[in-house]
Amino acid sequence: MPGSGEAARQAGKFENRIAVGEEDMGKLSLATWIYVLALVAAATAVLVRVPVGLVSVRWWIAYAVLALVFLIFESTPVFLASRGSAWSPSSASTLAAVVLLGPIGAAMVGAAAVLSFSRRIPVVERLFNGSMYAVAGFAAGVVYAVAGIEGKLPAAELFGLLTRSHLSVPRPAIFAGLIVPFVAAAMAHVLVNHGLVVGMLMLDKNTRSLPPGGAGSSVPLLLSDLGFAALGLVIAALWAVMGPFAAAIVCVPLLVARWAMAQFADQQRAHSATLAALCQAVETKDFYTRGHSERVSRGSAMIAREIGMRPERVEAVSFAGMLHDVGKLGVPTKVLQKAGRLTEEEYAAIQLHPMRGLEIVREIGFLNEALTGIMHHHERMDGRGYPMGFAGDEIPQFARVIAVADAFDSMTSTRSYRQARRLGDAVSELRKGAGSQFDPKMVEAFVSALSREGWKPQEPALPRGHEILTSHDHDDPMSP
Amino acid sequence: MSGTASQRVVDQRWQAWQAVDSGRLVLGAATCALVVIAFARTAEVNVAAPQVAIAFGVFIAFGELLRLSLPGGREAAPIAMSAALAYAMVLQIARQPPAAPLAGPPAWQVVAVTAIGMTVGALPHIAAGRRAGFSEMSARLIAVAWVAFTFRPLAGEAMLVKHWVLAMGAMALLTALGWLLETVIAAIIRADDLRARYSVMLTDEMRVQWRLGLAAGTSAIITVFGAQVMGLLELAVFAGPLLVIQLAFRRYAGIRATYLQTVRALAQVTEVGGYTESGHSRRVGRLALVVGRELGMAEPDLLNLEYAALMHDIGQLALREPIPGGATTGVAPFQAQRIADFGAAVINRTGVLETVAEIVRCQWMPARGGPRQPPLASRIIRAVNAFDDLTGGSVDRARIGEALNRLRAETGAEYDPVVVAALTTVTGRLPVSRL
Repeated sequence: MPGSGEAARQAGKFENRIAVGEEDMGKLSLATWIYVLALVAAATAVLVRVPVGLVSVRWWIAYAVLALVFLIFESTPVFLASRGSAWSPSSASTLAAVVLLGPIGAAMVGAAAVLSFSRRIPVVERLFNGSMYAVAGFAAGVVYAVAGIEGKLPAAELFGLLTRSHLSVPRPAIFAGLIVPFVAAAMAHVLVNHGLVVGMLMLDKNTRSLPPGGAGSSVPLLLSDLGFAALGLVIAALWAVMGPFAAAIVCVPLLVARWAMAQFADQQRAHSATLAALCQAVETKDFYTRGHSERVSRGSAMIAREIGMRPERVEAVSFAGMLHDVGKLGVPTKVLQKAGRLTEEEYAAIQLHPMRGLEIVREIGFLNEALTGIMHHHERMDGRGYPMGFAGDEIPQFARVIAVADAFDSMTSTRSYRQARRLGDAVSELRKGAGSQFDPKMVEAFVSALSREGWKPQEPALPRGHEILTSHDHDDPMSP
Repeated sequence: MSGTASQRVVDQRWQAWQAVDSGRLVLGAATCALVVIAFARTAEVNVAAPQVAIAFGVFIAFGELLRLSLPGGREAAPIAMSAALAYAMVLQIARQPPAAPLAGPPAWQVVAVTAIGMTVGALPHIAAGRRAGFSEMSARLIAVAWVAFTFRPLAGEAMLVKHWVLAMGAMALLTALGWLLETVIAAIIRADDLRARYSVMLTDEMRVQWRLGLAAGTSAIITVFGAQVMGLLELAVFAGPLLVIQLAFRRYAGIRATYLQTVRALAQVTEVGGYTESGHSRRVGRLALVVGRELGMAEPDLLNLEYAALMHDIGQLALREPIPGGATTGVAPFQAQRIADFGAAVINRTGVLETVAEIVRCQWMPARGGPRQPPLASRIIRAVNAFDDLTGGSVDRARIGEALNRLRAETGAEYDPVVVAALTTVTGRLPVSRL
């Protein structure tokens, strides 16, 4: 389940958010402070009801075990680069507490997040996570209790139920009756948890730069949280047979899954890094286009997030942006380097490069939609582009995204025949081409993302003497 | 078009049939015998607790349907396995009349139910034209049979009934041994398939499978004890978490496959750019893998070898103009070193493939008399690259023989004699087109 810092840190993966985060924590906006403090107050209001004196030793042992399991998984989440979120199966522990310990106990298990073993988490974030999980656990506990008694109970007795202080281990005879309240509790927990995190992300000024839907929760994450929540019921049932050992044995498959997830995240990062390195290698031939793929990839992702694409598609379009010019290698160097006007034949050779790129990457199974982006990134809205001469909506969305980022980076980079243009000039050039060359929607999305996130153009550096120079840039809308 | 395609399918089937070797035959026969006896014995007596049998059978089929592809072309069905193991060890089930007093279903019935469940779950795979995976299923069934036959006599013991710790200990031990049995069988089959050393295959198999085996075994034990409280509902409740856990593995296996695909595809940029001949990197990758396996390299090393072999020519991108014909075998050592260094620099930029970069960096070094002894993987790539430059991917026996002779003439200094010997063996063994 997501904690605030994790998602926020991930959301800023394009900048150095991890480094910035800590010093910025003191400068939270007023609204964020109020939000966090309100949450802390709510959690405190719940937690002061802990019936310390009345509680049995067995209750405390159960609490300690569940809190420890919760803390272990909560302190070691797996960060998923593509989904802008973190993976942790800790909801199993909270939901087990809902059944075994009652609402207050579940809130206390959640509050343990304050003690997270991870040292890098600043105090405000600890407070937020602890309060958020406490409130979510309490809400789940209340839902479970209310759904379990089927309504009709005087308010006073209901209150007693909420603050119950005995360990309630499910018996076989009544077990079937627990399923419906438990499912309701699990859903309540997931909804409150994700809702509070999304609220934080929308308020926090550091992450407000994110367009809606850019980070925080995603449907797969919600479903996997529900799956782990179901494990809470298994823990509670096993408790009847083996006591606290129930929590330990359930940890085994969870730790294995955590390993697989960590491997997945590692391999995913390695994969992106390898892709980037190989694309960079393709660029070495041409001094002026160094870093172009990487910047186009970043620009495409900016646009995609701005128009509200799902995280998976944002990732796909950033891969497409990375790979869009890989076919340029198939264009003879002498054509790329030629000064002055190109002959028909040479122009045809250049026009072929999106197809050559497609040839190379076609076999990469995961690309799917990205392939259309690579193939059509030189189409124009008025139908005068290549290779197919598509117009308007015929052009795949990915290609319309990449076209804008591609042209922008080309204009803001130095070429042998001209200096780099200023960002403002390039923007007005994009606007001029909106409708004829570019999709106006993509141009506007790019401009507003640009004003928020900024742009790191190519490093202005002079070529070292005998580097190979390109005289003609096929991406540059203003090229001769 | 369709004619050649169907012809190819027939050929593949024929080849697949030819590939059935003695190991598979013995395994298949043993499994058939086991299943036939299990059905006969179960039919003799009445089916004990049919409701429970059906519930577990459905769960096994469900797990078999959701098979998991693992790195290295393996297949596993952890959910089916944990369900079958749980059925083999099940004690009491809440709100169910105890099947044969306190002892659960008879072992033969466990085998029969597992076989039916697995078969039903495998049918959609077969219908969709995917691998049937008979040998994996056989290995799983044998492991389940082992657990059932060893645990059933224990299940009635008063000690185990009274102390859950003892029962759990027995379950853990027997399940672990069952896993070992399954792994040994899988390793034998794999060693046969890949013509690799058995000991290497066994350690590879254990390295890949132990975590999943641990998760499946623990899940089985959780199912057994959970059912004492939850009854058959437990199967439904536990299915959710098991799915999510398996999903984690699926993603891991998926990204591994994608990674390899990406490197395979992008390694072709040198070909599109006219630096190397078409198909060169892929052929070198494939042949290097076979040679490495012949030399007994373990799976993680083989993966690095394959990556390095695929990307060994990436350094040529730094050249201003392609080398005529793309063959790096004839170029001057300083040039070869430059290409290797640049390639290694590119790979190093990934920040993760250091071993691969080192292999690529050393690929130009002669086997002996160079600045230092290059790693085995580099020596393999050097020889295989030269071999492919000489044959150009031809499957003509005479050309292959000639190329091998030329390599052999230069063993000692240029090429590692062990590698060239392995190369001779593997190219002589199979039709080269199938390498």
